[in-house]
Amino acid sequence: MVSTLRERAREVAAAVPDPELPMLTLEDLGVLAEVDVAEADGAVTAWLTPTYSGCPAVAEMAADVARRLRAAGFADVRVRLRIDPPWSSDRISAEGRRKLAAAGIAPPHPGGLLQLAPTRRAVACPQCGSADTEELSRFGSTACKSLWRCRSCREPFDRIKEI
Amino acid sequence: MSDDHVYLSLTEAGPGPEGEARWAYGTGFADPLLGVDAAAPKGIDPADLAAYCLMLGDDVLVLSQRLIQWITRAPELEEEVALANLGLDLLGQARRLLTRAGQLDGSGRGEDELAYWREESAYRNVRLVELENGDFAQCVVRLLLFATAREELYRRLVGHADPVLSAVAALGVKELAYHREYASSWAVRLGDGTEESHRRMRAALDALWPWLEELFTPHEVELRLGVDPLQLREPVLASLEQVLAEATLPVPDLPGRAYVNGRAGRHGVHTEAMGPLLAELQVVARAHPGATW
Repeated sequence: MVSTLRERAREVAAAVPDPELPMLTLEDLGVLAEVDVAEADGAVTAWLTPTYSGCPAVAEMAADVARRLRAAGFADVRVRLRIDPPWSSDRISAEGRRKLAAAGIAPPHPGGLLQLAPTRRAVACPQCGSADTEELSRFGSTACKSLWRCRSCREPFDRIKEI
Repeated sequence: MSDDHVYLSLTEAGPGPEGEARWAYGTGFADPLLGVDAAAPKGIDPADLAAYCLMLGDDVLVLSQRLIQWITRAPELEEEVALANLGLDLLGQARRLLTRAGQLDGSGRGEDELAYWREESAYRNVRLVELENGDFAQCVVRLLLFATAREELYRRLVGHADPVLSAVAALGVKELAYHREYASSWAVRLGDGTEESHRRMRAALDALWPWLEELFTPHEVELRLGVDPLQLREPVLASLEQVLAEATLPVPDLPGRAYVNGRAGRHGVHTEAMGPLLAELQVVARAHPGATW
């Protein structure tokens, strides 16, 4: 019974979209760390791992998870943070990377933050696929993104940074 | 209410479409250590650990405030966005560290109370981070000095007996690597740039270099907790020398700024720049006690 409830709660929480990258779920992004249902009283606890230290979307994420779980019939819901181990861009799932690319956002390379300089792997343009791209700014519209431009199709695009 | 935290009270504020209960995105600032085990680790004096978290937290809170002051003043929009992003990382680290300090010091104070209601002499940041912003060269040099030193410190704090401190460091070391790289690339671009940019970088280095030594000067709490900042001196200087060589800038040969009767930022002794900074940081909270946003 509890395991079925746990699966159901996990399913609901896993489907919550990220407030800043709504094409991804919190599961795709690797922010949803764990969902548990207490055997004693059926209370649901969801643990989230924020991306960056200063991510301003944490309150939104937590509120969304709580709301969805309640709407799914779980009366007693708690959302908690888990900061250890820290989030890494490696936690973005294969499905998440596919969705990012489909939305025109270049996914991060696997391996997390290896070495910032001097060597860097090519970044393919998510619009036309060209490898002839350049970074305009290491810091973009949100903490997790940088701003790029494709020299072939001339389109600018966001990229999720390795961390 | 089934729980006592702000997220759920927000969701209970009213039925209707998602998000209706909040008045603006990013509001509803909640406990940044919500649900994280607050117990003090065994074998460490909680008062010492609180003092240490306050020192490190004040460093990043105050530098974050200085970076935010660049908004609408940076040379290009991209740099403004970059500086805001750096400030946000530092503010996030500060929120966790101040919250941790409040958990441990027995006072029951939260991050807001610590940030907005302490007097200048209760702030424990090093003086480097509080100095006036100056020009963009000074912004770059301060970031370079601080980020290089803080990255080295965080690297050594990963695995610390306090799991919160360890977790802040584990994420922070990666964030600071980006900060250092940002500052390094600007240092090279400006140092090895025009005559004017080179001149300004030299002036900024001469102005800020004497404040660097304070980051390597141990306070007794730092020594008791096991990370002696003197350990950072050699690797930090080596890293800075490498960047400055690339930037065609000389390493200043200047002594560290004097302490005041053996006291400096870690003891609550600050420069004249600190008062106005705190006034700006604290004015809204003090004008509207108890307000949340």
